[in-house]
Amino acid sequence: MLLYDHPQVYLVLAAFLLAVGIYGLLRRRTLIGMLISGELIFAAASLNIMTIQRFISPDPVAGQIFVLFIMGLAAAEVAIALSIIIAIYRNYRSIQAKELSELKG
Amino acid sequence: MNAFPASDWLLLGIFLAFVAATVAGALIAVNTVRIIRSVCGLAICCVGLAGLFYFLSSPFLALMEILIYVGAVCVTIIFAVMLAEPDEPTPERLVKPYPILGFLAAAAIAAGVFYGVAHLSLDTGWLNPAASRVNDGSVHAIGVALLTTYSLPFELISLVLLVAILGALAIAHDGRRKG
Repeated sequence: MLLYDHPQVYLVLAAFLLAVGIYGLLRRRTLIGMLISGELIFAAASLNIMTIQRFISPDPVAGQIFVLFIMGLAAAEVAIALSIIIAIYRNYRSIQAKELSELKG
Repeated sequence: MNAFPASDWLLLGIFLAFVAATVAGALIAVNTVRIIRSVCGLAICCVGLAGLFYFLSSPFLALMEILIYVGAVCVTIIFAVMLAEPDEPTPERLVKPYPILGFLAAAAIAAGVFYGVAHLSLDTGWLNPAASRVNDGSVHAIGVALLTTYSLPFELISLVLLVAILGALAIAHDGRRKG
């Protein structure tokens, strides 16, 4: 059997994407970097669901439509998050997560 | 066997190229200092992911991945990069006694997550119920399901997108008036 016919290959790749996204979420110090890491975690979830619908699920259409909805929600999330980031940049002149500590006592 | 024995190796090479693009794009996206290169890494990762979706017998989702992620999300992030100055701060400005410690902690957590999830997915005995499929997962089946079973979530997603666009406009506009 060929390599691209095994679900384990895709699942391990999705686990890798999730780990890289968590690593970036912990390491990035700017808000846009964190947003990009969050997109990688979304991609990991999409790849997982696509693998399950291709190899395991008896209803492949449900998985594909779910991934389609994930993409729509990710687009909405990016629009909202970027407008918040731009509003923060106008007020603070910086989008580093360290600078946004005005509420800290 | 089919009439072209080399086609299997060709397919395997294309598959490995898409896997390499996904992995390399993800690593570029989290490890570069300049955010614009990070966005390019995300675009490369999404192109690789679209290829993997094609291998998972879903050309519609592969097209949507390129259209939405590369065409909309990455371009929107690039617009935000142009409006703000989002580069990572240079490491020498960070006053820390052990600068390597944060890297090690993040890498250890990420490696733990990867080991756990990969171990779980490798050890599970996945069943293959190809005989009991209720549909074939084609574009035609997706279209029928979107207009019958999933018509209410479909409309709700479009409403969420509309509200998100209006909310983004309102937030950015308020920031402009105050600043």
